[in-house]
Amino acid sequence: MSAIPVNATADADPADDFDIAPNWKLVWWRFRKHKLAMVSAVILMLIALVALFPDFFSTQAPHKTNARESFIPVQGMHLFSEEGLGLHAYQVVGKRNPTTLKMEWRADGDKIIPLGFFVKGYEYSVFGLFNSSRHLIGPKDSSSRERVHFLGTDRLGRDQWSRLAHGTRVSLSIGLVAVMFSIIIGIVLGGISGYYGGWVDMVIQRLIEILQSLPPIPIWMALTASLPRDWSVEQTYFAITIILSLIGWTTLGREVRGRFLALREEDFVTAAKLSGCSQMRIIFRHMLPAFTSHIIATSTLAVPVMIINETFLSFLGLGLRPPAISWGVLLQEAQNLQSVALAPWLLLPGIAVILTVLALNILGDGLRDAADPYN
Amino acid sequence: MLQYIIKRLLLLPLLLFIFTIIAFILIQAPPGDFLTSYIAELAASGSSMDRAQIDALRTLYGLDQPMVIQYFKWLGRLLTGDLGVSLDWQRPISELIGDRLTLTLLLGGGTFIFTWLIAIPIGILSATRKYSFFDYFFTVFNYIGVATPTFMTALVLMWISFKYYGINISGLFSAEYVDAPWSLARTLDLLKHLWLPIVILGMDGTARLARVMRANLLDELNKPYMEMARAKGMSEWRLVMKYPVRLALNPLVSTIGWYLPLIFSGSVIVATVMNLPTIGPMLLRALISQDMYLAGTIILIYMVLAVIGTLISDILLVWLDPRIRMEKTG
Amino acid sequence: MTRPTDEPLLSVRNLKTEFVLDEGTVKAVDDVSFDVHPGEVVGIVGESGCGKSATIKSVLRIIEKPGRISSGSIIFQKPGEQPVDLVTLDQRGKHMRAIRGGDIALIPQEPMAAFSPVHTIGNQLIEAIRLHQKVSKQQARDIAIERLKDVSMPNPEQSLKNYSWELSGGLRQRAMIGMALSCRPSLLIADEPTTAIDVTTQAQVLDLLRKLRQQHNSAIIFITHDLGVIAQLADHVVVMYLGRVMESAPIDDIFHRPQHPYTQALLQSIPTLKTVNRSVLPTIDGSIPHPFTRPAGCPFFNRCKDAMPGTCDRHAPEAVNVSATQLVSCFKFQSDGSMERHK
Repeated sequence: MSAIPVNATADADPADDFDIAPNWKLVWWRFRKHKLAMVSAVILMLIALVALFPDFFSTQAPHKTNARESFIPVQGMHLFSEEGLGLHAYQVVGKRNPTTLKMEWRADGDKIIPLGFFVKGYEYSVFGLFNSSRHLIGPKDSSSRERVHFLGTDRLGRDQWSRLAHGTRVSLSIGLVAVMFSIIIGIVLGGISGYYGGWVDMVIQRLIEILQSLPPIPIWMALTASLPRDWSVEQTYFAITIILSLIGWTTLGREVRGRFLALREEDFVTAAKLSGCSQMRIIFRHMLPAFTSHIIATSTLAVPVMIINETFLSFLGLGLRPPAISWGVLLQEAQNLQSVALAPWLLLPGIAVILTVLALNILGDGLRDAADPYN
Repeated sequence: MLQYIIKRLLLLPLLLFIFTIIAFILIQAPPGDFLTSYIAELAASGSSMDRAQIDALRTLYGLDQPMVIQYFKWLGRLLTGDLGVSLDWQRPISELIGDRLTLTLLLGGGTFIFTWLIAIPIGILSATRKYSFFDYFFTVFNYIGVATPTFMTALVLMWISFKYYGINISGLFSAEYVDAPWSLARTLDLLKHLWLPIVILGMDGTARLARVMRANLLDELNKPYMEMARAKGMSEWRLVMKYPVRLALNPLVSTIGWYLPLIFSGSVIVATVMNLPTIGPMLLRALISQDMYLAGTIILIYMVLAVIGTLISDILLVWLDPRIRMEKTG
Repeated sequence: MTRPTDEPLLSVRNLKTEFVLDEGTVKAVDDVSFDVHPGEVVGIVGESGCGKSATIKSVLRIIEKPGRISSGSIIFQKPGEQPVDLVTLDQRGKHMRAIRGGDIALIPQEPMAAFSPVHTIGNQLIEAIRLHQKVSKQQARDIAIERLKDVSMPNPEQSLKNYSWELSGGLRQRAMIGMALSCRPSLLIADEPTTAIDVTTQAQVLDLLRKLRQQHNSAIIFITHDLGVIAQLADHVVVMYLGRVMESAPIDDIFHRPQHPYTQALLQSIPTLKTVNRSVLPTIDGSIPHPFTRPAGCPFFNRCKDAMPGTCDRHAPEAVNVSATQLVSCFKFQSDGSMERHK
């Protein structure tokens, strides 16, 4: 079409640009049009920041208990007071109810705790590189015992806001690492299956079928239950990611195999074979790049599944165990009606799960649509 | 068609055999043998078992013999219908599971029917009214449905009904019927309690299925046979129901294969939170107390339920799609 | 062959159909006019994407969103009945549905895809009959067998029980034609009915159409990109390019006295016995512009050997009569002031 001079009425032909744009650019252009997916991407970046620097976002050390401050409800932040504009919280005062013997917390409108950004607080280490005591937000006067609990406290008086920030790191990374394992197994086995075909394909396909017909949660429960109790937090963490990816890889494996089967017949693969490329080169230079965008989209959609499953397991008490902090571990505090009725704010980490999973699903769908507009 | 189903049925024993191996490996996975840990636990709680009892159990499960022998002993007992004894409950496993299995099936089956009844109309309406308010509303609903862990929905609903209506909605029976023998009144009471766990458990599935149905239907709506049916002078609604909906059902039926296992699998968590007398919470308890033969049996049951799901989906698909039917017979 | 002088069965005037997409509006059909008389075969020719299919879909009123008919009229008049303007009817209303399939029937391009794969041929055929005639299932079945016999379907009873994918391509298309004929329509619209089948079956299907036309005196609109097929069947030819009618004339005029540069170029690109061996077959330079970047003025000017810069690229030519029955849309003929402008 470029042979024809473009008519004056048509603006600078965008199609020209289109013809030479590399694949990733096309994907990006299509993705950009998906507003909701863009919003999700931004939200996820913020969540990722929290996961990277949980201490910076915390107001208290996550393991610090305070028996006298248990079950403080959500405290919130305020902007306007009698003293004028300024971010602040109200100090809560507790009084034991004489009949039920329960502590009842109430915000005291007179006792204002001024809040500030980049305030000093407890000292923490950033990736073991350096120490810092700066926190994004917190009471300006750190020495006083007027502490703030934006999201309340749990049974042991631990600050839920800070624990949520730390749980973000674990839950998000478990999802990512488990998917990474899945990708590796999926690409290797799916690739072998799709590229070689024959009996190898047969065996791997049956394996995938059997794994996919297993009810995942009971199997995961049994596997995680058999982890030795005396393992360290790190050991359990890695064991759980591996357990999750043991069944999780099958979807990706299928996808990769399907693509390989389709691509094997494509002309450019035949061309590469005829020009004497080695098999490894064909697989890694010619075939893999042709469907990386699909793998990225599928993997993105697999992360939320992993996050939810980790939450399930930890919630049931079979996944990560305290002192590890993950969203599931936090939600375990709200495992039954009694706890929820007593302290409904303990369900708040669930909002974090929903938000993250929602954002990841929308992002994944956006990526998938962008990677393959015809499907 | 018959041939195909027979072939699947013949494969079934092989699959079950593989499942027993997996279940057995899971039983053996915890470090140390379960009897030892059981004795240790008993000692810790102050009670103990006499020597003869321990030895009897040891020979019964063949704990002094190699793994393979142990496995075949277990398999042999399974085949004769002897599921063994739960160490934790001190009762035969078959007795423990009986009623709970019925309720598990009821919950799973009910959830399945509920999701299909709700998801298909939503899918049809979303696809035929693409980009309408209705479509957007359910797209949002579907995203949230998939993103919300079932136990969250359960806990929130339980909390709301407790706080505002003062009722405890956990369990499957009212207090007076919990241990009562089966009767009409008890069945009605069960139905009164069953619908809520079904709705909670079905949320995620409804969202997923509605999305599958919508996508399938959108594919079908662009097919040339639609144009042809229009050119014949068919009314729009009638032709949508007769052709694309019918065709979109085929891929939906093939989701049964993974959806049924997912329901049963997910019911473990909902049942635990809502305190339902199904085999799910029993599995959790068995796993935590290392009552491994009970756990193994329950896992095996879940696996069998999953295979039945796949089988149902295969048979339905053959029945629904003449193309597959002919291919397999011919 | 001269054109019948009686009232046209179908009269399309200044039809405009457009598709409103995010990227812009595509004028799929742009100011198209033509007539179809009872018993006449009108061929619509053009390259793919020229608006042939959009034209007949407009006539059938099965243009779906985001497409719509923006202006023009489609007057349909069964002999002895009041004329109706199909454009004014409700697309999904009762009246239009009675005409669609009843009076105007479609023979689709790909019978394989146009039959539902999970319903038997009989099911779909009987349905078509019962949509327009008040008959019992059994009666409808008898009619269906009758129609399949009309299209020389071997073993019609059996084929009612078959699924479309069990039949060969030719039989499938026969079944499709049988279905189109089920209510004895006065106008048959055939949308490239021979492209999806092999050459020998193609000839059989064309024979069948010719026979049916003689037997039932039904008019046919025949769409194709194949001038060879047109030559065998059509009485009158409409040549389309990018949604516009370039030339409309009786078959003899088109083949022997083509006036529009596009028609001439099309004809030159058909190999004939006279074509010198091993010579390069003439083709039309360039390709059809993208619908979004459609040039202003005459849509063909950038490929036209006779293009007049300053005229053809500025204004759209109107259709003019070069003879009583031959209409051409080109500035070569418009400069002549004596030429009568077509309404």
